[in-house]
Amino acid sequence: MTTQPKKARVSTTVNGQPVDVLVAPYQSLLEMLREVLGLTGTKEGCNDGNCGACTVSLDGRIVDSCLVLGAEADGKRVDTIEGMARPEGLHPLQQAFLEEAALQCGICTPGFLVAARALLEREPHPSEERIRLWLAGNLCRCTGYDKIVGAVRKAAALDGAGNGRAAG
Amino acid sequence: MHPFQYLAPTTVKEVVSTLSRYGDRARCLAGGTDVLVQLRGGRFEIDALVDVKGVPELMELRLGADGLHLGAAVPCYRVYESPRVAKAYPGIVDSASIIGGIQIQSRASIGGNLCNASPSADSICSLIVHDAVARIAGPRGNREVEVAGFCVGPGKNVLRKGEFLVSIFVPKPAARFGAAYKRFIPRNEMDIAVAGAGASVTLNAKGKIVAARIALAAVGPTPIVASRAAASLLDREPTPEAFARAGDIAALETHPIDDMRGTADYRVELSRVLTRRTLAVAAERAKGAK
Repeated sequence: MTTQPKKARVSTTVNGQPVDVLVAPYQSLLEMLREVLGLTGTKEGCNDGNCGACTVSLDGRIVDSCLVLGAEADGKRVDTIEGMARPEGLHPLQQAFLEEAALQCGICTPGFLVAARALLEREPHPSEERIRLWLAGNLCRCTGYDKIVGAVRKAAALDGAGNGRAAG
Repeated sequence: MHPFQYLAPTTVKEVVSTLSRYGDRARCLAGGTDVLVQLRGGRFEIDALVDVKGVPELMELRLGADGLHLGAAVPCYRVYESPRVAKAYPGIVDSASIIGGIQIQSRASIGGNLCNASPSADSICSLIVHDAVARIAGPRGNREVEVAGFCVGPGKNVLRKGEFLVSIFVPKPAARFGAAYKRFIPRNEMDIAVAGAGASVTLNAKGKIVAARIALAAVGPTPIVASRAAASLLDREPTPEAFARAGDIAALETHPIDDMRGTADYRVELSRVLTRRTLAVAAERAKGAK
């Protein structure tokens, strides 16, 4: 087949906002977010499902957006790092990452935050072991993980962290 | 990457006609965690990717009186988050909970793991030791193939032109049946097995082994059924000695290769140890099963 396949129309909800876009049928959700919608908070790391930098929430489950087609998001709800902070302040996880110095270069950070939020929404007070297991799909080459795990524990200790409400 | 169409049929019949039309220029998309990586890596070139998640039969997870009906595109998390399924099939949960990390488990399916037919697949050995059956639809109707015979080589399976995997049926375990799967990886999570072992045992009322199944991952071109090792357990007590002997025999039934993950010799040794340990867990579960 030499002709370019027809673009797919995708009606989705991104961070609570209804979005209608045209994507090439072979474009990933990550490419749709970054290149079509301009939401560049979600990062490309390995682009093959190993590093978790592109983690977003799809209908409430975290996925590697590089391993989802944009076309698959039709009719679904996508939540990215851009939807995490509130006008009144950062999400408790974001605040804890800053206070605990849980990032250096920052490329992996949006993925960690989106993944950690999903954990705290399900389990408001996870054990350290549980946090490490849950975040095993997110790689960080700077921090050595201890500070990230510490930041998630700190956020978990704050009331309401799992509800996405800002602290303070 | 070669541009392809995205098609999302909603019936088994439509999937079959689409696959028949495109032949080897189409692939099924379930969780995408293998096929999208392979497409990007240029392993093959297609004109259409057929998303099968809109077909109800492929998303069905049902525990019936006869056993487990596992739709081919059901993501791993649904297996271990279903309390009834998890309780009835802990050996399958062993696999579903170690394929990739949480993000991968949101998408990857056991059916996809089977179709991908990797020798190191973490779920195929579990399915084999449960005597699971692959239910296939195709242009000439439906057929069933034992999972033990589904893979025919690395990345190759028995599916013919126009055929696809609809579901996996796992028969209801007998009384005093237990199964388990373990793999060895150098990390704690998120890695591909250097070697893996699935085992199941069924005990009689006196506690002797009346049936056993052993399947080994990443030690041959397909998952290996270690039938001599399993046969060595019949009419024996589930003792560490019996399991060690089965491990020794299982190691002889492997034919691994050297690769970046480990040497053939190392894999033989891993098969010995993993078989013994997996049998011990399976036997404990069998003792606890009604």
